[in-house]
Amino acid sequence: MENGKNRKYTEAPIKVLLAKPAIDGHDRGIFVLARAFRDAGMDVIYAGLLPTPEEVVDTAINEDVDVIALSLLNGAHLTAFKNVIDIMNKKGVHDIAVVGGGIIPDEDKPALEKMGITGNFGPGTPLKIIIDHIKKRAREIRKLRENEYR
Amino acid sequence: MEDYWKLKIDGIKKSFKNNTEYDKWKENVLNPWNKKTHYNEKKYKNSSGMDIRELYTEDDLPDNMDKILGNPGEYPFTRGIYPNMYRGRLWTMRMFSGFGTPDDTNKRLKYLIKNGETGLSIAFDMPTLYGYDCDNRRSTGEVGKCGVNVSSLADMERIFKDIDLSEISTSMTINAPAAILTAMYFVLAEKNNTSLKNISGTVQADILKEYIAQKEWMYPPEAHLRLIRDMLAYSTKNVPKWNYISVSGYHIREAGSSAVQELAFTLADGFYYIDMGIKSGLNVDDFAPRMSFFFNSSINFFEEIAKFRAARRIWATVLREKYGAKNPKSMMLKFHTQTSGYTLTWQQPLNNIVRTTVEAMAAVLGGTQSLHTNSYDEAWALPTDDAVKVALRTQQILAEETGISDVIDPLGGSYYMERLTSEIEEEAYKYFSEIDKMGGILNAIKSGYIQKEIAETSYRRQLNVENNDETIVGVNRYVDENEKPINTLKISDIAENGQVRGLRDLKNKRDSRKVDETLDRLREAMKDDSINLMPYIMDCVREYATLEEISNVGREIYGEWKEPKIY
Repeated sequence: MENGKNRKYTEAPIKVLLAKPAIDGHDRGIFVLARAFRDAGMDVIYAGLLPTPEEVVDTAINEDVDVIALSLLNGAHLTAFKNVIDIMNKKGVHDIAVVGGGIIPDEDKPALEKMGITGNFGPGTPLKIIIDHIKKRAREIRKLRENEYR
Repeated sequence: MEDYWKLKIDGIKKSFKNNTEYDKWKENVLNPWNKKTHYNEKKYKNSSGMDIRELYTEDDLPDNMDKILGNPGEYPFTRGIYPNMYRGRLWTMRMFSGFGTPDDTNKRLKYLIKNGETGLSIAFDMPTLYGYDCDNRRSTGEVGKCGVNVSSLADMERIFKDIDLSEISTSMTINAPAAILTAMYFVLAEKNNTSLKNISGTVQADILKEYIAQKEWMYPPEAHLRLIRDMLAYSTKNVPKWNYISVSGYHIREAGSSAVQELAFTLADGFYYIDMGIKSGLNVDDFAPRMSFFFNSSINFFEEIAKFRAARRIWATVLREKYGAKNPKSMMLKFHTQTSGYTLTWQQPLNNIVRTTVEAMAAVLGGTQSLHTNSYDEAWALPTDDAVKVALRTQQILAEETGISDVIDPLGGSYYMERLTSEIEEEAYKYFSEIDKMGGILNAIKSGYIQKEIAETSYRRQLNVENNDETIVGVNRYVDENEKPINTLKISDIAENGQVRGLRDLKNKRDSRKVDETLDRLREAMKDDSINLMPYIMDCVREYATLEEISNVGREIYGEWKEPKIY
């Protein structure tokens, strides 16, 4: 994979792709996150509504993001988040972190974690907790990339 | 046009007097008291960012009260649209329901009717709302999850099995494919030998607020607006008790707007549809009486009530003065209300029963015609039977135990209520003026202005919560460390598999030659903007053409829509 090669790992702002990877128009939360991430100094890209999982992964690669932040409020997270992970695996993308959120029942969280999706924040989570988690995952990813491309 | 709004704004400003009584009281009584008790004055604001004083007095009443209030059933209907309001007819208890398969939903509807619900309201799943069939690859994992799945007329037949369409009114929350679902409902009535003259109900069909807030569309705005025009004209002629549109602020509010923004953007959408009907050659009094509205009732109690009262006054005034309506029915703003989903918390869900009760009270005191009360578990999932029963019982308790529906507009004449109603009205007029300067609501939507206004309000509110300037009980105050999970409704994949199998069988059974013929005729008709498409869509539906097949005709001709970037 070419992505990440040209990034100055430690200095450049964290780059996040926000996406709702299914048929789900509830976008109030994702706009709040976009603003909050930007105010926290991150580069934010929003994938727009109804992106296919392929579009999400392609955008993440082309834009060279550190983190994909997925959000769904329609109950389809298990299927739809997995579709994104499957395509990442198919394309051999393993140096982008995937973080989840939305209306996610506790019992679904282990399955998501197992796919490598962390966070899985529910309603009412303070923005600071989400931002800190994104930063932590981005740091991990950059370290991974640094080791790989050294 | 701009001048008309300015005239209204100036008129309201002029109706406000100097408040000598308050000023005197503040100087002589309040200030010394505050000083003595070391009270630090701070600003109070409502959701719309309007300053709220600690006291309102007689001087706060606008000086043209006799003109702007109107008794119930009298122009400008501030106090209510019917002379006897709830004594004559209680609001319709209409619970938004739909999940899983059509059979699941049929069962839920009958359960609600058995428990005293007086109107039906159908929630469709995401694929249906976007015009995709259950077997589309995009629908995987979403079938029946957020509502009931309808891929063809066969599904509608199952939803309404053994329910008499001439006996109960039905509201359908469907927008982008509204014309298709409406056609299905009409054809279903025909098949049950119920005359279209006898069915009543509402289809949401308000596409402008989709671009603003709910974000469920298929085509560019002009294409959807043409379909709304066709529904409007067809229903006006053939289905006299059908509300062909429900102009909706609910979703605008849920997307993050303030009360004033909800009111202003919704009514601006309403004026657009009035303009459209007139442009299509109809007289305003032919179609305006069947226009209906749908508002949110959120948690700031008095602000919500004032919003409903202001909505009625503005609509009546503008319809009469600007559009020249003569029929009082054209001027009467009738509306459905749903309590706010956004105010429901995932934390300590039983608290939501209280929130919903307060919001429902505001709707009743605001004079709503029908009401949906949210269930306490809806921040988690679609509601269980038990949760939805509590929500329905909330309405029944309000209606039959509390006495709040005994007197019409009991807050009318309150210094605070009347002042707030007028101030909210003024703020709405300011938005109308602003929107006109941008070339109208459609331009304001296409440029992203409306969406940005809402996102800004929503973000500000979130920051208030984060900074603890605003309290949400159980979320940023009185937090329980040990939240226990509640029982929620689970929708298994069995629903999806069943729907997909059913659709496959249907496609094998139907006369596909006839399906293609009707779709071809629709395609040809669509190319001519002067043709009303409703009869063509009904022909497709009758032959069991699927939702997606019919939607795709429009996708071929009109293309799809990409929203303006607001970030």
